[in-house]
Amino acid sequence: MRLLLLLAGLLPLTAWASDGDGYVRIPPGDFTSTLAYEDARGPVRIAPFGIMRHPVTNAEFLAFVNTHPAWRRDRVAPVFAGPDYLAHWQGPTRLVPGDQAAQPVTRVSWFAAAAYCEAQRARLPRWLEWEYVAAADTVRHDARADPAWRDRILAWYARPSSSALPAAGAGVPNAYGVRDLHGVVWEWTDDYSALLVSADNRDQGDPDRSRFCGAGALSVADREQYAVLMRVAMLSSLGGSDTTMSLGFRCVRGLP
Amino acid sequence: MKIVMAMVLATVAGALSMPAGATVAPLPRDSVYQSTAQLTDAQAHRFAWSDQRGRAQLVSMFYTACRFVCPMIVDGAKSIQQSLTEEERTRLGVTLISLDPKRDTPQVLARMQKERDLDRARWTLATPDPQDVRAIAGLLGIRYRELADGEFNHTTVLVLLDANGRMIARTEKVGGQPDPSFLAAVRRALVPLR
Repeated sequence: MRLLLLLAGLLPLTAWASDGDGYVRIPPGDFTSTLAYEDARGPVRIAPFGIMRHPVTNAEFLAFVNTHPAWRRDRVAPVFAGPDYLAHWQGPTRLVPGDQAAQPVTRVSWFAAAAYCEAQRARLPRWLEWEYVAAADTVRHDARADPAWRDRILAWYARPSSSALPAAGAGVPNAYGVRDLHGVVWEWTDDYSALLVSADNRDQGDPDRSRFCGAGALSVADREQYAVLMRVAMLSSLGGSDTTMSLGFRCVRGLP
Repeated sequence: MKIVMAMVLATVAGALSMPAGATVAPLPRDSVYQSTAQLTDAQAHRFAWSDQRGRAQLVSMFYTACRFVCPMIVDGAKSIQQSLTEEERTRLGVTLISLDPKRDTPQVLARMQKERDLDRARWTLATPDPQDVRAIAGLLGIRYRELADGEFNHTTVLVLLDANGRMIARTEKVGGQPDPSFLAAVRRALVPLR
């Protein structure tokens, strides 16, 4: 009897771990972002969601381009994707033979990434969702206080960006079973343009009253979190049609 | 035979002249009207953003509950209008797009339009569908974040779109006197095509 109960208790846990279509279920939780806003301090409730186990690959993005030809690099309107969009492919619908198919897709604009996710009936993760999942190491859901974990992430940022990308999904899964949040590519978030860094305002007399309406450019609660700061600095510098050779994405979807 | 020929010629001539008047040149690829977003205005009229093609527009994003900067955006657009000749003014629309679809219903937009005395012939206040707000902001180079109390942080900017929706100038100097270089760009955009 006790064994049966134990088994019954395990079943939902197994269901949490993955749902077999490339998405991992992320349980709800209270999370304090490294980013501190004047208007929102303290923990925020994160609703449960599913997130792709690994970043979208070139092969997966090519399949999307083939079914949505408006997103071919030779057809896309430049307001949606800059001149380097998918420039690393051999042709508009052809990858470089070899490793490229399995590597995370990069040189994609926010508009293209959002369109890909929409076609999957999904969306790009919000910053908080991404940060929530990316706070985990291999055993803990929140490893941010561990200096060794921080150092490992920073070591990646110190690596030259010219080295070839590994295959998506080759990294060690974190405590949720999600891979490659650190160490492979940077990732778009749906609300990349909500990251309002006040350094942009240095020429303005009073940033809160002139450039931005209302109060509350962000500051950083924990100055040790350089890795998060670097992500924010990059995302806050980008426009929606920009692409870079190290910026990819993954999708999330709400849970019923 | 001659009659048939003449008819054919007439038909060809008709076919050639008709499209010149009726069809529109393809939308430039660098136009924000490549967007398929729909907007709803203060009269609850739903329209495609790209329907604004045909007249140069001053565009910004705002929300009606805004107390500080958004009134400044309206004042900034008005001061641009006041710096123009009457003829120039008729060739320029002003479109303010809401960041706040939850609250900015047509009724709320209509109230603001009336309170701020914004002539319907020239001003459009409109709200996108919630899922399109960030994409429209992205096309206009506007960053924003909803605050915990329902206010928004956002880039304060006036964007000038030509009649085809190409972004040809922008200014973040919105309050006070018009930004001279921006005003010059507006004037250039309003020179009638010959």
